[in-house]
Amino acid sequence: MTLKSYFSQNTNAAPLAVFRVLFGLMMCYGMIRFWYHGWIETLYIQPKFHFSYYGFEWVKPLGNYTYLLFIICAVSAIFVAIGLKYRIAIITFFLSFTYIELMDKTTYLNHYYFISLMGFLMIFLPANAQFSVDNLIRKQSYQNIPKWTIDAVKLLLGIVYFYAGLAKLNSDWLFRAMPLKIWLPSKYDLPLIGDTLMHQTWFQYAMSWSGMLYDLAIPFLLLYKRTRGFAFLLVVVFHVFTRVLFPIGMFPFVMIASALIFFDASFHKKIINLIKDLFQNIRPSTLVSTQSKYKFRFKKPIIAFLGLFFVFQLAFPFRYLLYPGELFWTEEGYRFSWRVMLMEKLGMSTFKIVDAKTGNFFYVDNKDFLTPFQEKQMGSQPDFILEYAHYLGDHFTSQGHKNVQVFVESYVALNGRLSAPYIDKTVDLYQEKESFKPKHWILPFNDDIKGL
Amino acid sequence: MRTLRNVFLALLTATFLYACSSSSSDDSPSGVTDAFDRGALLENLADNIIIPAFQDLNTKLKTLKTDKDHFIATPDQTNLEALRGSWLTAYKAWQSVEMYNIGKAEALLYGFQMNVYPTSVQEVEDNIANGSYNLSHPENNDAVGFPAVDYLLYGVAADDATIVSKYTDAKYQAYLSEVIDQMQALTETVLNDWTSSYRDTFVSETGNTATSALNKMTNDYVFYFEKGLRANKIGIPAGNFSSTPLPDTVEGLYSKIYSQDLALEALSASFDMFNGKAYATSTTGESFKTYLEYLDRNDLVSKITTQFSDAETQLSGLNANFYEQVNTDNTKMTQAYDALQLLVVSFKVDMLQAFDISVDYVDADGD
Repeated sequence: MTLKSYFSQNTNAAPLAVFRVLFGLMMCYGMIRFWYHGWIETLYIQPKFHFSYYGFEWVKPLGNYTYLLFIICAVSAIFVAIGLKYRIAIITFFLSFTYIELMDKTTYLNHYYFISLMGFLMIFLPANAQFSVDNLIRKQSYQNIPKWTIDAVKLLLGIVYFYAGLAKLNSDWLFRAMPLKIWLPSKYDLPLIGDTLMHQTWFQYAMSWSGMLYDLAIPFLLLYKRTRGFAFLLVVVFHVFTRVLFPIGMFPFVMIASALIFFDASFHKKIINLIKDLFQNIRPSTLVSTQSKYKFRFKKPIIAFLGLFFVFQLAFPFRYLLYPGELFWTEEGYRFSWRVMLMEKLGMSTFKIVDAKTGNFFYVDNKDFLTPFQEKQMGSQPDFILEYAHYLGDHFTSQGHKNVQVFVESYVALNGRLSAPYIDKTVDLYQEKESFKPKHWILPFNDDIKGL
Repeated sequence: MRTLRNVFLALLTATFLYACSSSSSDDSPSGVTDAFDRGALLENLADNIIIPAFQDLNTKLKTLKTDKDHFIATPDQTNLEALRGSWLTAYKAWQSVEMYNIGKAEALLYGFQMNVYPTSVQEVEDNIANGSYNLSHPENNDAVGFPAVDYLLYGVAADDATIVSKYTDAKYQAYLSEVIDQMQALTETVLNDWTSSYRDTFVSETGNTATSALNKMTNDYVFYFEKGLRANKIGIPAGNFSSTPLPDTVEGLYSKIYSQDLALEALSASFDMFNGKAYATSTTGESFKTYLEYLDRNDLVSKITTQFSDAETQLSGLNANFYEQVNTDNTKMTQAYDALQLLVVSFKVDMLQAFDISVDYVDADGD
């Protein structure tokens, strides 16, 4: 099969329509849940200071308008779900959601990044071709859409799993059962399994290895029809189990729902019919004509662009190879790479403000400037430490302190090793600039973690 | 329809499993225990360390009360010295209690009513002059407790004779008396709560949740060591948090010569708590130490043990009078601080990582 014939293949639009509905509903629920837990207030409004992504320092919370941002995001998600003004809705969703995530990197989670990427991808997909309000408005729906549009969603999901699996191919995960050796025993209060399995060494190894195998294999098991049913069962069991063990919010449900896209169109048609039956009474009387083929505009440039997008997705997680030192220690190239629940790292960083002329110094109480959550994230991540050092330097300079130098005494423990000094305490961080270059002031890791 | 039905069945089963396993209530003991008995850890803490420490403090505060009554009845040098002696004995016992800011102690803000220093001379003197005050009011936290008594017994006048003569004044008598009575009454309230009901609640809360006794106690211990011990006793006077040293902020400012004693008492109480050593005897039981050993972290246990011994050496090398120490050779103070800081790192970074306890302050999703 040539590439050209692949891109001219068509398939039923139902799986993408169902995916759109579930995605929109879950995102809307996610926004409401975020609000309900008071996290807009505690994560975006209360902190005095926000940690920015390099290059996105201009993205800041909007005070009380931050709530409006969440409303916009939730409403656009509903529009996506029902397929009303789909293109505008998904663009609005992508922009508002991504803006929210960029406001403070303290809250960075791989699954938020996944949702941003998926939102971005969906801008280019005809997810409203079937089973959408747009169909009613335009009196037009489509039986089939290009096959690659559904495959693109599968590919993005596949990358997330497979790369999460690749990241587990390291000696800490496989041969020290770390960090599960720390995390599992602390779940001793779970019923039944808490005090029988969680502290067993064999169980910790079994979970490490099966987690790795699951991540690597699941995209392929879902792709093949013969293993699909079993694979989906695995998806459900795996994600529910991780949800029981760890506070990972909505991620398991997002992944379970997303995995449904691997099923055949016939399965999704049944779901659509089920939903249609539920709303039988309010079925609109509009006559919608069904065309067999979706008319794709700008098809070639979009395919080329998404091709580049996926090449980037495949390459970007490997950027850590460009940095010296141990990735888990320096975290240079750690984020945006599907390194999900991969290590247990805890740090404590104490900042010292020095007058360069007199040598007088004092220590900063981080609680004066950071929320406990921010302090925890800052404690063990060099880019946070640097950004905070500059914030402190600016703050104390503006308070009238002279010749301000900012030093940090930082200790970090990684995967159950004894804590060790993390940052060179003789380097004035106020003079160091953020960049993509290696950070020379991170002290070397005194151990060896082998693997990818 | 088969696929659809199977998918729904899978989802249903999963929901059921999830519902079952997440229905665990927060703090209930499961009855069964794995190889490490966290209930035994809490029992050892409660029965052999915390309650005996509170009982001892209460007894010593009662003695303080009696000696205070004698002094007020007959203000003379002998009675003043007896009173100072029992104040010091009680203050030392307090060092074994301050870290247990849990249960009734937390609810009453007991610690804030017992040992906020520096005490405010202004507020103490104003209260005495006014004759009316609410000692439990947060505004009076720096006018009550051991530091206020320190001022009242050592600082109200330049020499002992003048101090004694102050207590011929009914207003001074009343204030001294009420402050001490209040300290004893509060302690008795906290102690009675432990012995009557809280002990059983405490030992049963072995869960790994933000509000379980095990996690709160661990957090409280680490917080106390960082704030109550490291910062308050050493760091703040040494000027580690200000542009210049603040010698006036030492513990026991007016009695002058006890700040080192009190700090050493606190350090050894922290070490005993870590080791699970009984308050009154030398027997040991389950503790943070044995928990770490169970988790295969002997490396950390020996690191912490060494750090405690280093910190003790540093504190022992200081002047008995920290005010003097700060003014003459502050470097020694900052060195002592550094030694304590290493312990803070071991607790906050290594020990909390090893226990992987749910922290009470981070409320957001992980991934």
